[in-house]
Amino acid sequence: MRSGTQLLPEVASTIAGRVDALYLFLVGLTAFFTVLIFAIFIVFMVKYRRRDPNSIGARIHGGMILEITWSIIPLFIVMGIFVWSTELYFTISRPPAETMNIYAVGKQWMWKFQHMDGQREINELHVPIGRNVKMIMTSEDVLHDLFFPSFRVKADVIPGRYTHIWFQATKAGTYPLYCAEYCGTKHSGMIGKVVVMEAEDYQAWLAGNGQEGTLASSGSKLFQDLACNTCHRPDAQGRGPILENLFGTQVTLQSGERAVVDEAYLRESILTPGAKVTAGFQPIMPTFQGLVSEEGLLQLIEYVKSMKSDTAARAENPSTSATAPNGNTPAQPPQARN
Amino acid sequence: MSTPTAVMPSISYLNTKTTLMSWLLTRDHKRIALLYIAGVTFFFGIGGFFAGLIRLELVTPVGDLLSDDNYNKVFTMHGVMMVFFVLIPLIPATLGNFLLPLMLGAKDVAFPKLNLLSFYIYLMGSLFTLYAIVSGGLDTGWTFYTPFSTVASTSAVVPAALGIFINGFSSILTGLNFMVTIHRMRAPGLTWFRLPLFVWALYATSLIQVLGTPVVAITIVLVAAERIFSFGLFNPAVGGDPVLFQHLFWFYSHPAVYIMILPAMGVISEVIAGMTRKQIFGYSFVAFSSLGIAVVGFLVWGHHLFVAGMSVYATLVFSVLTFIVAIPSAVKVFNWTATMYKGSVAWDTPILYVAGFIGLFAIGGLTGLFLASVGLDIHVTDTYFVVAHFHYVMVGGAIMGFLAGIHFWWPKITGRMYNDFLGRVAAGLIFVGFNLTFFPQFVAGYLGMPRRYHAYPDEFQVLNVLSTAGATVLAVGFTLPLFYLAWSLKTGAIAGDNPWGAVGLEWNTTSPPPTENFTTQPIVTWEAYEQPTPVEGHVV
Repeated sequence: MRSGTQLLPEVASTIAGRVDALYLFLVGLTAFFTVLIFAIFIVFMVKYRRRDPNSIGARIHGGMILEITWSIIPLFIVMGIFVWSTELYFTISRPPAETMNIYAVGKQWMWKFQHMDGQREINELHVPIGRNVKMIMTSEDVLHDLFFPSFRVKADVIPGRYTHIWFQATKAGTYPLYCAEYCGTKHSGMIGKVVVMEAEDYQAWLAGNGQEGTLASSGSKLFQDLACNTCHRPDAQGRGPILENLFGTQVTLQSGERAVVDEAYLRESILTPGAKVTAGFQPIMPTFQGLVSEEGLLQLIEYVKSMKSDTAARAENPSTSATAPNGNTPAQPPQARN
Repeated sequence: MSTPTAVMPSISYLNTKTTLMSWLLTRDHKRIALLYIAGVTFFFGIGGFFAGLIRLELVTPVGDLLSDDNYNKVFTMHGVMMVFFVLIPLIPATLGNFLLPLMLGAKDVAFPKLNLLSFYIYLMGSLFTLYAIVSGGLDTGWTFYTPFSTVASTSAVVPAALGIFINGFSSILTGLNFMVTIHRMRAPGLTWFRLPLFVWALYATSLIQVLGTPVVAITIVLVAAERIFSFGLFNPAVGGDPVLFQHLFWFYSHPAVYIMILPAMGVISEVIAGMTRKQIFGYSFVAFSSLGIAVVGFLVWGHHLFVAGMSVYATLVFSVLTFIVAIPSAVKVFNWTATMYKGSVAWDTPILYVAGFIGLFAIGGLTGLFLASVGLDIHVTDTYFVVAHFHYVMVGGAIMGFLAGIHFWWPKITGRMYNDFLGRVAAGLIFVGFNLTFFPQFVAGYLGMPRRYHAYPDEFQVLNVLSTAGATVLAVGFTLPLFYLAWSLKTGAIAGDNPWGAVGLEWNTTSPPPTENFTTQPIVTWEAYEQPTPVEGHVV
């Protein structure tokens, strides 16, 4: 493990080094200006100390050129930092097109992770090296914040919303993960570890832990248990919109507005169906608030993402759809499925 | 220094009436200032006690001194006490109250009774919050983030919130009082650009108090409404938005940082001018930078929400504005340093506190740039890096500024000098103790130690032990002035009207001043900080 004398956390993601570079630049800048100002102040204190009790200071009012100089130079410096940090922010905030998604649900006081292939973990997260991992996160109760110091990323985890972070791990090892947003009694116990594995080790880990079926297949079961399929049918006969091929498209609402079908839209449509009704349908869907857990919602969303009309068979054998959604789930040995 | 021939004035605001009621019902701004000094010192003691408990708990990585719930209550009460009952009233209500009418050549503030009312509102608000501690404590953090505060917390959120709500009116009324006073009560000849820079700072502060405080007041009412009546305001389970709370809260609470720091900056300008016997370099730049900070300071609240799911566009706007608000603060620091050039620098205690302020505020301000940088803020926000940063600004800035001011004006307030040697020792202890306490927290924060952790991984222990050691030194440093200042009331040398040889109307009356401040109406014919030629002096 690391010693207490280390000054930087482990560098274990593609962006960690870039964050450290900006940090070290700012440390240098801070040290330079603090020492400069403090030294000048002390030198003036000593050099111009009062020798004669009746002396007064020189009559100097100010100087426009100096004022402008020391306003403009700092302005240029901070604008330079702004550009630098913004470029970094764009990298951190915009996930690459190809990502491997993992869902995270925070609750007082634990982290629950669900992998696409159905592996579930608590306070421990396994990820492969070299893949772009996108965490899609929500909370069951209050605010939390998933923080990976070794990857230099964090984001608040907010009830009723999906937030995300992404990273690409670069170094195998075990690193801490923390809840960084105060969440009550055992906030400081809401910690865990992220295990970064070589690709083949990760595949082996997936294979050994995938007993519950993929997220989409769990979602499919839930879809039938809740009788969603009585209205949302693959043909035009249903009383609700067709869900096949729906994810990622734009729909027109009754109000005439348009909405993108993303995770948040699906979540809202399950819990508050009347909020954004698709044009041409009646607001007859009952709410499922209280009937579906946050994890269940994520399974339903993953199932909807997997629904493709060209292969009606998928609805009957949803486990095969695990390779389909967003084209982002890793290939895996067949024995990992049901 | 005090002249050996100085004698105490026979009549002063301290000895005209001495009954208890004459103090409790006083409308004299100077006595009200002393009441506030007693109040903030009391709450600083309580807040400091909680800080001590936090530091003791964090000596070891395991949570062994306090239970987790009690630790959460302790850091919450530390924050609530220090922010709302110490830092916000710290300078405006104490030194501001005492000095504003004196600096303006006025008999009192515009509304003396309102001023007394402000004090009692402050007292009532703080007592409500004390009641909250007794009746179950508060465990939400001083930030009251929803939906934890409205749904999950089982502590005394409503009484604590009510206390802060009540206290807000004190702040609003003081701000209003000061603004009217500055507009209407200036002595003949005291034009806006002849005003001491402390007055400009108080004006800018008052603007924030009057415009910002109502927003946090209503936010607190909404939290109470959701908690009591289950309104769906911030709780998403009933249609609310938890992030909305953060926008409302920081819309006030970020400018509140400027309520703390702007008056301290004003004090620093006065003390530097007084201790160097020199005009402040670039007077108008320093004056307008206060107003600039007050205005732009209202537009940067979103930098507290960089990881709270804000849009990219909003994030960039708040980031660039945060960088810009750093500029007027930097300009002030450069101007103060330039003022030292060719001054006649007296090495008494106040200038040491100023030097401490400059060093600590420089670090506090510059580490703000780390947090304004979004790409870096994502890593360091919600860690001890932020804790270190805001303590450098609030303690290194606001508290050091207050101490510089107290040591500078103590002879005016009491008529006596304190022990200068002990004053220097305390300034040194505070500077060293402060850095030892909070510098390691920058390192711990960058290493990833999250805020508000009752227990923490072993690897952070070395840094936390250093921090606690520093806090011990800091506690001694803060306690020392209590003793030598109190001692000076009995045994201190008689100060005389103007022991520093400073300029400014407050030095043109007796120490301590009479109740009506000046025996004759002063007429101002000189520019701010203009040094009189030794022969003539300023004739008032």
